[in-house]
Amino acid sequence: MMFLRNIFVSIIFFIILTSNSWSISSSEFISSLTTEASDILSSKLSDEEKIVRLKEIGERTVDIEGVGLYTLGKHRKLLTDNQKKQYNELFKNYFLKSFSGRLVGYSDAKIAVLSEEIKNEKYTIVFTKLIGTSDRPEVKIDWRVYTKNPENPLVRDLIIEGLSLARTQKEEFNSIIVNNDGNIEALFENLNKFLEN
Amino acid sequence: MNRILTTFFTILLIQLMVVNKSYGNEDEVKDCFEKLNRATFALNRGLDKVIFKPVSKGYRKIPSPIRTGTGKALNNLSNLITIPNNILQGDLGSAANNSARLIINTTIGILGIFDPANSLGFEKREKEDFGQTLGVMGVKEGCYFVLPVLGPSTVRDSVGSLISMNGGDTWHNITVRDDEEYVKEFKESDYWTSRALEGVDFRAKNLEAFESMENNSIDLYATVRSLYLQDRKKKIKNSKSNTEAMDDGDWNTLENQ
Repeated sequence: MMFLRNIFVSIIFFIILTSNSWSISSSEFISSLTTEASDILSSKLSDEEKIVRLKEIGERTVDIEGVGLYTLGKHRKLLTDNQKKQYNELFKNYFLKSFSGRLVGYSDAKIAVLSEEIKNEKYTIVFTKLIGTSDRPEVKIDWRVYTKNPENPLVRDLIIEGLSLARTQKEEFNSIIVNNDGNIEALFENLNKFLEN
Repeated sequence: MNRILTTFFTILLIQLMVVNKSYGNEDEVKDCFEKLNRATFALNRGLDKVIFKPVSKGYRKIPSPIRTGTGKALNNLSNLITIPNNILQGDLGSAANNSARLIINTTIGILGIFDPANSLGFEKREKEDFGQTLGVMGVKEGCYFVLPVLGPSTVRDSVGSLISMNGGDTWHNITVRDDEEYVKEFKESDYWTSRALEGVDFRAKNLEAFESMENNSIDLYATVRSLYLQDRKKKIKNSKSNTEAMDDGDWNTLENQ
């Protein structure tokens, strides 16, 4: 009987310990992601190699499909299945190129995680700051982390000094579609042009 | 005083006329003169390429302590607009804090080059201007437009700038208008030099950010417009963390589909 009880207690402990190790807090997630990116940026790798490594991080830690659909705003309801598939592919390539291109210029980027605010079960905002240098002021960066699956948190937006990158992207895409009489193909054309350059 | 009031009400009338143009969605960008704006934006980018960017790059070569001191002195000067706007917005605490900062930093801090006020407990607070005050009072932003050289603005922000230029800005009054009896030391050129330095200092601090934005945008005009309007909304709300950008509304519509 004692033996069975010990086994039962061990199983319970095992479940508690392993379930804790699976879930990761949003702050830890952002801290690990920024440390990894910072190490790559400050390394002696060539820009091309840095871009490849940054794209890997982006693909692993950002909800690219979710961000893509968000940035389409009201226009996403008008997509056919085929257009949706085409858009998801285009946006993923666009996002990764733009994401790595924006970051690769910062060789001395150090980010400090300050705190986090759990908004609801789906979203946590992690507050960080990009440490200032003699050439660049300190910058506040808040991360919208999508926590619907706590075992696999994903970034959905970066809010730099109160300005949302996802929202900016959404208004940029909307401007292209609206200026082309609502034709979504014009956006695809622009994304393709960006990818070709 | 009459001139200030006349200008204020005339412009407010124009503002109301322009804003009354109907738009379905409050959040929709009111870019009433987009074609003209895009042309002015292209002109400004040309000027930036030939003048502002090279000057800012040169400015970055000046030793860091000099640049930091210049930035702080310009910030100190901006208190002359911030303080009356703190009062107009009913934020008397910030008005007192900024007045103390202005007095201490202008005297002990040698024209604001140093910031001893911070060590004495008067911490730096957000800048305020007449455009923001109008926003706090409930005046809508109106149409977005791009000014040659000066860049993005809205009808409301332009009214704010006109108020500054017509008596609202003490620094402008004692330099350009020269209507202050007790301060005769400053010339008109001091005002324009300080404004130009402000622009160069801002551009120099954001050289990499601007370049990255230029290289990674598929519609740079729309990107700048979005950033400008978001920034003004944030400043009017005086929010630090609870920004509009963190509103779940838009994201929840994604979840529900």
